[in-house]
Amino acid sequence: MAATQVIRSEWTKIRSVASTVWTLSLALVVTIGLGMLISALSKNQFNDMSEKDKLSFDPTFISFAGMSLGQLAMIVFGVLVVSNEYSTGMIRTSLAAVPQRGTFLFGKIAVATGLCLVVGLVTSFVTFFLGQAMLGSHRAEIGDSGVLRAVIGGGLYMTLIAMFSMGVASMLRSPMLSLGILMPFFFLISNILGNVSATKKIGQYLPDQAGSKIMQVVTPVDDSAPYGPWGGFGIMALWVAAALIGAYVLLKRRDA
Amino acid sequence: MIELEGLTKRYGDKVAVNNLTFAVRPGIVTGFLGPNGAGKSTTMRMMLGLDRPTAGDVRIDGQHYDQLKDPLKYIGALLDAKAMHGGRSAFNHLLCLAQSNGIPNSRVHEVLDTVGLTAVAKKKAKGFSLGMGQRLGIAGALLGDPRILMFDEPVNGLDPEGIHWIRNLMKSLAAQGRTVFVSSHLMSEMALTADHLVVIGQGRLLADTSMADFIQQNSRSYVRIRTPHRERLLDVLHQAGVTVVESGNGTLEVDGGKSEQIGELAAQHQLVLHELSPQQASLEEAFMQLTAESVEYHAHSDAPPSLPVAPAEQRQGWGDGWKKD
Repeated sequence: MAATQVIRSEWTKIRSVASTVWTLSLALVVTIGLGMLISALSKNQFNDMSEKDKLSFDPTFISFAGMSLGQLAMIVFGVLVVSNEYSTGMIRTSLAAVPQRGTFLFGKIAVATGLCLVVGLVTSFVTFFLGQAMLGSHRAEIGDSGVLRAVIGGGLYMTLIAMFSMGVASMLRSPMLSLGILMPFFFLISNILGNVSATKKIGQYLPDQAGSKIMQVVTPVDDSAPYGPWGGFGIMALWVAAALIGAYVLLKRRDA
Repeated sequence: MIELEGLTKRYGDKVAVNNLTFAVRPGIVTGFLGPNGAGKSTTMRMMLGLDRPTAGDVRIDGQHYDQLKDPLKYIGALLDAKAMHGGRSAFNHLLCLAQSNGIPNSRVHEVLDTVGLTAVAKKKAKGFSLGMGQRLGIAGALLGDPRILMFDEPVNGLDPEGIHWIRNLMKSLAAQGRTVFVSSHLMSEMALTADHLVVIGQGRLLADTSMADFIQQNSRSYVRIRTPHRERLLDVLHQAGVTVVESGNGTLEVDGGKSEQIGELAAQHQLVLHELSPQQASLEEAFMQLTAESVEYHAHSDAPPSLPVAPAEQRQGWGDGWKKD
C-alpha cells in the first residue's frame, strides 16, 4: 500500500464533499471580517486607553482577534473530515480498501492538514494586512521584530486546532459528540480557565491558550506565562500529538 | 479461495461467531445462509479485516487481509449499500476507492457502465434509490476486477428486476472462475443462485454442503393419501411392510413411499382412494428445521406454521426454540 495512493484517494474524498468548502471559507471569512472590525474599533478607542494598555498595545495580535471565532469553523472542518467516515458508514468501505489503518489515518490527516495549512496561512496574512490597514497610524509592519513569526504562527495555530479536532473526532467517532465537546471547550471553558486568576496556572497550558502565544508580538504587562511564543506553540503541538496517538491506538484496536 | 479456521467472535460473554471452519472455493457461488442475527455479517466483517476475531483465522488466497497489497484487486465486497458518503457523487466515490488501490480512472467508467449508473455518475449518492445504491456498492466491489467477490444480503429491498440482475451477475462472475460468496437469510433465494451452501445458526456451522446434497438430504418426499376405507388400507399397507403415519385431518402419509406401489395395492384390494399424491417438503421448510434451534429472535405467533410431519424424534415446530432461551 503506497502512501501516495492513499494521499491521492483522500484528496479526492476531501475535495468532493461540500462541507470542506463551507467550513474552510467560513474560517477565512469570519477570521478576516471579525479581525478587521475589532482592529477598526481598537483604533478609535486607542486614545481613551490607559498608559499601561497603550504600552502593551499589540496591533498584530489585535488583527487576529477574529481567530477566536474563526477557529470554531476549523474545528468543524477537522471533526467532519474524520467523523463523516463514521456517520455515513464509509469507514468500512475505506478500511476494506486500505486495511493498513495507520496509513489510512495519517494519510487522511496529512491531506486535511495540508489543506488547513494553506487556508490558515492565507487567512493569517490577509487578516494581518487588512487589520493593520484598519489600525491606521497604530499599525505594525510585517518587517517589525516578531511580526512575521506571529503572522505565520497564526496560520500554524489554525492548522494545529484542526489537527487536534481530527484526533479527538477520530477517538470519539460521532460528529455530534466531538463538536459538543470541542466547541464549548475552546469557546468557553478554555477562556474561563485562562482568565480567572485561580485557574490561570492550569488554563495557560490548554492547547489554544498556549498556542495563541505565537501570535503575540508585544507581551502583555500582566503576562505570567512561563513559556515564549515557540514554547507555547510546542505545548499545543504536544496536545495535538497526544490526540493523534490516541486516535491511532484506538483505530488500530477497535472494530470498524 | 477464502479459508476460515476456528473463527470466533465474542462480545462480552455473548458469542456472535463460534468456531467456524470452512472454505469458499472458486468457480461456484457459495451461499452463506442463516437466520437474522446468526453472525453472517460479523463473519464477513472479520473476513475483510474490519473486525478482529477473538480467536481463529481467516486467509484470503493464503494471506491475511491486511497483508494484501491493494486488497480491492483480490477481493471486492458489498457489505452495506449505504456505506458511502451521501454527499459525494457516484463517480467520486468510486474514484477515491480506485486511487487508494492504484486502479486506473478508466476502470471507474467501466464499472459504472457495468452496473448501469453511467447516466447518474455525477449525481450525489444520497439521491439514489435503494437499488441504485446497491448497484453503486456492487460497482465498488467490481472495481479492482477481483478474483473473489463477497456480497452481504445483496437482494435485500430490491425490486424483481434488480434481484434478477444480481442473480445473473453472481452466476456470470462464478462462471468466469471467480470465488463468489453471498449471504442471505432466504433459502428460496439461495436455491436459485448458489451451488454450495454454508449454513450457520447462532454463530455455529450447521451445514457445509453442495446445494444438490442439501436438497437431497433435506427435502423429505412422502405420499399423501385420503381414503374412506382408512382401517382397511392401514391393514393392507401394514401387511405390505409400508410404514404409515397419520397426520391428522383424516390423511395418511407414507414417508419416501412410491405412489405407484400404494395405488396398485389399493386397487388389488378394491379400496377407494380420494387422494394419492406425491409431496415434497420445500427447502425453506428444511432450512427452518435446520435452524429452528438456533433462531435468535422469534416472532410470537399463536399458531406456528404447520410443517410436514418429520420423523417423530426430529419433529419440531418453528418457534419451539425460543422457550429454551
